[in-house]
Amino acid sequence: MNDLLRRILFLPPQASEYARQVDALHYFVILTTMVGAAGVFAAALYFFVRYRRRSDSDVTPHVAPRFVHELLFVGGPLALFVLWFAIGYPQYVRLSLPPKDAMDVYVQGKQWMWKFAYPGGPNAIDTLRVPAGRPVRLLITSRDVIHSFFVPALRVKQDALPGRYTQTWFTADRPGRYEIFCTEYCGLSHSSMLGQLVVMPPAEFDQWIAEQRRGLEVAQDSTPRPGERVLPASSLVDEGRRVAAEQGCLKCHSVDGTRHVGPTWSDLYGRDERLATGKTVQADEAYLTKSMMDPAADVVAGYQNVMPTYQGRLSPPEAAAIVEFIKSLRTSALGAGPSEPPAYESVPARK
Amino acid sequence: MSDATTPTAASFLAHHFESLEKQTHAARLGMWLFLATEVLLFTALFAGYAVYRYLYAQDFAAASRGLATWIGLVNTIVLVSSSFTVALGLHHATRGDGKGTRTFFLLSFLMGLVFLGFKYVEYSHHFHAGELPGRYYAGELLGPGAPMFYALYFLITGLHGVHVVVGMTVLAVIGWRAGRGAYARAYHVPVELAGLYWHLVDLIWIFVFPLIYLI
Amino acid sequence: MNPSPHASELAEGYAPRNYLNSPATGLASWLDTRDHKRIGVMFLVATTIALMLGGIFALIIRVELLTPGPTVVDAMTYNRLFTLHGVVMIFLFMIPAIPSGFGNFLLPLMLGAKDVAFPRLNLLSFYLYLAGAAVALYGMVHGGADTGWTFYTPYSTTTVTKVVPILLGAFILGFSSILTGLNFIVTTHTMRAPGLTWGRLPLFVWSIYATSVIQILATPVLGMTLLLVAVERAFGWGIFDPARGGDPVLFQHFFWFYSHPAVYIMVLPAMAVISEVVCAFSRKNIFGYKAVAYSSLGIAFVGFFTWGHHLFTSGQSPLTGGVFGILSMFVGIFTAIKVFNWTATLYRGSISFRTPFAYFVGFLFFLVFGGMTGIALATMSLDVHWHDTYFVVAHFHFIMVGATMMAFLAALHYWLPKISGRMYPEGWGLVAAVMVVLGFNFTFIPQFLLGNEGMPRRYYAYPERFWPLNVASTAGASVLAIGLFIVLVYVLVALKWGPIAGPNPWRSRGFEWDTPSPPPPENYETTPVYTHGPHEYDEHAPGVPAGVPPSPEPRHV
Repeated sequence: MNDLLRRILFLPPQASEYARQVDALHYFVILTTMVGAAGVFAAALYFFVRYRRRSDSDVTPHVAPRFVHELLFVGGPLALFVLWFAIGYPQYVRLSLPPKDAMDVYVQGKQWMWKFAYPGGPNAIDTLRVPAGRPVRLLITSRDVIHSFFVPALRVKQDALPGRYTQTWFTADRPGRYEIFCTEYCGLSHSSMLGQLVVMPPAEFDQWIAEQRRGLEVAQDSTPRPGERVLPASSLVDEGRRVAAEQGCLKCHSVDGTRHVGPTWSDLYGRDERLATGKTVQADEAYLTKSMMDPAADVVAGYQNVMPTYQGRLSPPEAAAIVEFIKSLRTSALGAGPSEPPAYESVPARK
Repeated sequence: MSDATTPTAASFLAHHFESLEKQTHAARLGMWLFLATEVLLFTALFAGYAVYRYLYAQDFAAASRGLATWIGLVNTIVLVSSSFTVALGLHHATRGDGKGTRTFFLLSFLMGLVFLGFKYVEYSHHFHAGELPGRYYAGELLGPGAPMFYALYFLITGLHGVHVVVGMTVLAVIGWRAGRGAYARAYHVPVELAGLYWHLVDLIWIFVFPLIYLI
Repeated sequence: MNPSPHASELAEGYAPRNYLNSPATGLASWLDTRDHKRIGVMFLVATTIALMLGGIFALIIRVELLTPGPTVVDAMTYNRLFTLHGVVMIFLFMIPAIPSGFGNFLLPLMLGAKDVAFPRLNLLSFYLYLAGAAVALYGMVHGGADTGWTFYTPYSTTTVTKVVPILLGAFILGFSSILTGLNFIVTTHTMRAPGLTWGRLPLFVWSIYATSVIQILATPVLGMTLLLVAVERAFGWGIFDPARGGDPVLFQHFFWFYSHPAVYIMVLPAMAVISEVVCAFSRKNIFGYKAVAYSSLGIAFVGFFTWGHHLFTSGQSPLTGGVFGILSMFVGIFTAIKVFNWTATLYRGSISFRTPFAYFVGFLFFLVFGGMTGIALATMSLDVHWHDTYFVVAHFHFIMVGATMMAFLAALHYWLPKISGRMYPEGWGLVAAVMVVLGFNFTFIPQFLLGNEGMPRRYYAYPERFWPLNVASTAGASVLAIGLFIVLVYVLVALKWGPIAGPNPWRSRGFEWDTPSPPPPENYETTPVYTHGPHEYDEHAPGVPAGVPPSPEPRHV
């Protein structure tokens, strides 16, 4: 049944459980629409024939509705629409709240390509490799104009906004290759800003990512295009350490817990910071990125706002690398390899 | 200039209206609707100001403290007084005294000039200090919010300034016509509408002043 | 509209002294007119030209999409074409066509008034339309813009194309729209003839009134937003520039705060026309007058609080999204009320299947499917898949082209006898109507499926699996174009050689049919006094003698 309806409606293959659930709602919505519309048109058609004009001097009776008619006209569709919404809204909420054990991939849109960076350092252009059966969280941003990351087979789409991160997630359960489109118009080659999602069996993926991390092999599809600056395929954490030193971050932020001009980065990630405004925020990816781009927004209590903005000075992969560097500075994690999966609280989508 | 014949009520009636009363009603309603669109025009800017004030609260507060509040205050007093003289001008029009209307509209016009004069002082100060919008900002870098503050500052006060100039033009034309006896006790709707417009210009400033200078 | 005296104009049923030939017939007398009927006709001519221009753009787009790769134009030209198609169709055709064209012509006639409240302002509104169109056209000729009609920042502030003239054109057109709306509201409040209570207002007036409310409340915000983008482009003030701390999504909020209600500026006048047509051709009182009248106001009101449903994938919080989603459904409720009431109006009517009624049937079909797919889009998880795909394209074309253009054509056929005094050829009318309705379906139903399949909008080239449906869509578009071309030809012929229609060829009870066709410049010799509503067809309604003799058929002279 699912497959028949899917083919009639030209829907692409379903690569995740979420896609199957969304499609179920899709079928329900289309079928009820068809039944409702057929009702209206059947009534209209019957009236056309039954009440066709017989002579030019026809007079018609005055027909006025009773209150119950109008109530029915409102109540019927309202009940149906609310039912649709009651199914669709929880699905939407689920999509905006990634599970805590998801694997992170940083996604960056740029005219006109997609770049994917994994916490361990590997990155690729236009090809996103993920393991089947494991949740994957995408932290999406853009380097220039607004793009939108769309995988039809997953029924998942999220805008990529310059200067901030958005997120979405999925658990692909069928190994295979799927299309990635850019769906927000972004200029001349908008329609060729295509990518590929490769869902791999988990064991195969683990092997691939391990190879990438060892830097033994650069995947063919991550070969940089001419003119594209790519991060060296070393650990993202090392890259973050390098960038932080270069940009002078470490002049004010210590990495060993000593107090300095700015708050220390040691154990910063996941910490509840009390702000000058009296509010408390958790130092998650969103907060860390925002503090680089707009340091004045959330100043930690006890510190002066002396930090300049790094908006435009840090490219999104560099910012991501610094975040990964900060994440690695957990006392319990010190010395552990960068391959440890990131742990974080899921951040609610920011407006 | 004063020898214009006193017009009769019938001479004001346009051909497509049944009565002068309906015509007056239509003109008033039209003016109020127009004022509503003007308010919404500014509302868009105020909404933008609110959003960025929320995003860059400290920068905006700091930049706002850098403004000369006394100029804003004086300008507020000037504009409110000019609204009062416009109201007096309308009062004279209701009694058929076109010359009185002209006098008070002239007073309001002069107060508009005073307002613009102070604005000039303010703007030239910002230009010297490099407190300009967006990429032109050359002042003390308080954070990314300061250039944004001045972008919105110049947009809001600039648009308001344009309205002051338009309002002064309207007052001048209508005041001059009133002095020539173009309106009568029975029909002085143009005087009333010109006054309404000036009150709007004043009212918007009443919102702009606390929003930009005080909070 | 040829003003030269013609033998047939002396014939019975054609008003010898009418707004077309008096006070004068020269071009100057048209350009300097204050007559709402002449201004309405000028708007109709101008918007029809805009429709043809936008249609030509659409056809080039469809031909380009005939093959997966490049077909007839390059990518840059294609991107400009879909932008211009959107700008021309929305700002130059959809928004002014029915309110400023038919609305101007009919509103005072329906109110028993001599003119709108501010005739000079009305003429200014037309000239602002021309000025806005001229500025926008200048931008199109000198480079065009490639931003899409939505002008999303930061693309619109960084692209190399000529965006500013098009923004300014849209800004000026906004003023035209505001002035028309203001004029109509004041006219409805102050110019009603004696006896014309709010409860007797024609439903056309109710809907146009609701449209006008949106026009004056939403358009200033758009004007400001477009100005901000222009300022940003010209001077780099950084309001929407993320590199300067600006928020590009703020632009989307501002833009849709106008542009979502603007959808109702386009569709409410269509509903206005349909309410009149369904009564006239089923010769029946409207089922649920109050429901149809108030639901127009309901749509206008709720329409202001739904803009966020364009931002479901922009990373807004799920709570915000949920509120916008549920509010969007209420617009659907108000639309459903209208659909049910129109359908119920047919019950025990006397249905005459003439061309305007054929367009009503098409309208009903497109509105139901366009509306239901709109509700489906507000069902949030489905929107995530459909957002910015061809599904959305098909959805809004169903509403804006399907519903609004059907209503425009219904209005054109229904009121042509009133406007020109002449009749269109009924046979050709029905043939063209069938072609338009079928061609439209063949154009856009494949696009719904393309959206399901995942084809994003604004794509110059596409993967081959989207090919067959694109070919089907282009084939449909050509049928649609031929249908519309037939309409254009026979209407132009009918204007000069059509049979004389007489004052009321449909024997409609609408007030506008109480004057001669074409109406005299002052509309009514004496101010009418109304004792009944305009949609009453039963034998007890005042003024309808039992067993009315059939009116003479339109005659060829």
